[in-house]
Amino acid sequence: MTTASLRLALVGAPNTGKTSLFNRLTGSSQKVANYPGVTVERKSGGFVTPEGRSVTVLDLPGTYSLRGRSPDEEITRDIVLGRFDGEAVPDLVLCVADATNLRLTLRLVLELKRVGRPMMLVLNMIDIAKRRGVTIDLDRMSQELGLPIVTSVAVRKGGVDELLKRTDEFLARSHEAAASEWTTPTIADLKAAQREADRIIAVAVTLPTKPDTLTNRIDSVVLHPVLGLVVLAVILFVMFQAVFTWAQPAMELLSDGFSALGQLIHDVLPESWTLLQSFLQNGLISGVGSVIVFLPQIIIIFLFILLLEDFGYMARAAFLMDRIMGGAGLHGRAFIPLLSSFACAIPGIMATRVIDNPRDRLTTILIAPLMTCSARIPVYTLIISAFVPATTVWGFVNLQGLVMFGLYAAGITSALTVSAIAKFFLWRDHAPAPFMLELPDYKVPRLKSIAIGVFNRAKMFLYRAGTTILSMMVLIWFLASFPQAPAGAEGPAINYSFAAMIGHALEPLLRPIGFNWQIAVALIPGMAAREVAVAALGTVYSIEGGKEAADAIGQVLAQKWTLATALSMLVWYIFAPQCASTLAVIRRETGGAKWMVVTFLYMLVLAYAASFLTFNLAQALGLH
Amino acid sequence: MTGDPNSSQDNPRDIRLGHADRGFVGKIIRLDALVTGSSLSAQELEQRLVEMGFVEGARVEILHEGTIRRDPIAVRVDNITIALRRSEAMAVIVE
Ligand SMILES: Nc1nc2c(ncn2[C@@H]2O[C@H](COP(=O)(O)OP(=O)(O)OP(=O)(O)O)[C@@H](O)[C@H]2O)c(=O)[nH]1
Ligand SMILES: [Mg+2]
Repeated sequence: MTTASLRLALVGAPNTGKTSLFNRLTGSSQKVANYPGVTVERKSGGFVTPEGRSVTVLDLPGTYSLRGRSPDEEITRDIVLGRFDGEAVPDLVLCVADATNLRLTLRLVLELKRVGRPMMLVLNMIDIAKRRGVTIDLDRMSQELGLPIVTSVAVRKGGVDELLKRTDEFLARSHEAAASEWTTPTIADLKAAQREADRIIAVAVTLPTKPDTLTNRIDSVVLHPVLGLVVLAVILFVMFQAVFTWAQPAMELLSDGFSALGQLIHDVLPESWTLLQSFLQNGLISGVGSVIVFLPQIIIIFLFILLLEDFGYMARAAFLMDRIMGGAGLHGRAFIPLLSSFACAIPGIMATRVIDNPRDRLTTILIAPLMTCSARIPVYTLIISAFVPATTVWGFVNLQGLVMFGLYAAGITSALTVSAIAKFFLWRDHAPAPFMLELPDYKVPRLKSIAIGVFNRAKMFLYRAGTTILSMMVLIWFLASFPQAPAGAEGPAINYSFAAMIGHALEPLLRPIGFNWQIAVALIPGMAAREVAVAALGTVYSIEGGKEAADAIGQVLAQKWTLATALSMLVWYIFAPQCASTLAVIRRETGGAKWMVVTFLYMLVLAYAASFLTFNLAQALGLH
Repeated sequence: MTGDPNSSQDNPRDIRLGHADRGFVGKIIRLDALVTGSSLSAQELEQRLVEMGFVEGARVEILHEGTIRRDPIAVRVDNITIALRRSEAMAVIVE
């Protein structure tokens, strides 16, 4: 009918399936997980209805009320009220409810009605409601609320057909938006609305005689004061063991593949093309290849995280850790952002938007980069594999996995310590805000969405390898190859290159922490992304050492570095601010350069001090 | 009930949810956010509790408690589960 695209907005309480609906409608793959507060940004997408209307749909952060008490909830409020810069008010508000859990959403519906926008209620997760024996009298509810109602199963193909049909019907009629009578609800308003919502539920919904006992049974173990902590420790432990043991065969395959490729290039290219040969073999294969080898580990760690998120474990982990987090002065909602930082600090820092108090949010942002992100995995693994024997201790524990676990623990401990110190010195008078979190029912993880999630992560990793890391590698190869050694020069040609000059210039600064000039060269491009350091070491040592070195960077390190240097390097990577994108996000999310500079400096100082201690201690203990 | 400020003390069965043990089942009588250990103002705390479904008449049950000082607690409020700290649960008067 109309040519201009119609605007829908998905609004609703957290974790009701708004993003799942958005993905189903638009074919996107935005992040979906089974805990409240996944979406913290406005995401826009488009689709065409069966009758050919083109529609723009906005996915919004979940909220219990339009009050807007944290930055993510403010986005939703501003969109709905038409206050958001550059966004028109939605033509139709789709209020999404979890059909098994209507109380809080229905109250939100009553609040939204006062805004006066045309609205439709979507009872999502109707599959679960049916399975549990919840029956909903849709006509009655629709009549009570004065709104059209449609049911949906966002995660099933065809599960939104009715929604599409009703949206078409709805849009075919013209709708007058009433003037908004919305004002920030008072406590009395909220209570009255909740009573009304409860009344409607009482007349329209029949609850099953048996509630979801499975969630209760699982929780009686997972949230048990003692067993719960054991379960958490076991999950983390298995995760890091898996990163080492399960990934091994695939990594060997990849690494053999790259060596063979390098050899092939070496054999195929004419002998006289040494420069091209060196570029392909040392720059590309030893550099970028040495990072791609870690893909299996990245896949495994994301597989674990995504499974836990989809199952519904994250909110439980937050429950278990709350006291410890609170003790370190952290906000109750800080746990999930910090946990997301295990994948990457960037989404972790974004996720702090769920924290209402600006100071608490800032503390969480400042310590998020200390959580061990996946970009550290290549660095850690490389050094651990080179220096820690793959022996089994206590009968079943892989020693390498244990050291990895230790590095993660060190990251977590330091993050908590920094938070406690910041609180003590900066904000002593400030009590952390409370922890109040809905614990969602467990859901069977959906293989398809996990597969898509892992695939997206793998793609991102490879994309980085092909862009940031590749371009850094070209630069490093160039610096390490030119100027070329004069004829008849002694020693490896790299000693005459720019890289060596830069490295030697920096070496005095880094010698106290046990770093040689090759490491110094690797650290600078390593600012772009942590994995680059691995690639840079690969290139520098392979240019220096020739063909044999190109094959196995780990073995070269084992020969060239002392154990003290290796330990110092590991410790450096726990703390060092080696990631430009994280710093950029901190700047954006805190609205200025100040906290970015603070983060950079405090991490740098910590890294240097900790490496200095480690190196000197290790030397004193005679670890060569 | 609201007319007599002492009514809750008068009824010995009324307690604060923050003091209740695991396994406690009861009904919310009212909210009183004035005397809690929470860092939030009384008004803000009460508002948040109401937003999470803690309103008069709702059935509550303490399902789980944390390891350290039995804090936080997981409370079933009608048919959803909310995790919160005992200091905030002090504002909820139950019987
Ligand atoms: N069985 C079933 N599960 C669903 C359905 N819709 C969503 N889910 C699951 O519910 C959980 C929450 O879904 P999301 O789409 O992330 O919810 P959201 O409303 O976007 O959540 P926030 O962004 O935190 O507000 C995920 O685990 C989904 O897989 C449904 O119709 N049926
Ligand atoms: Mg979402």
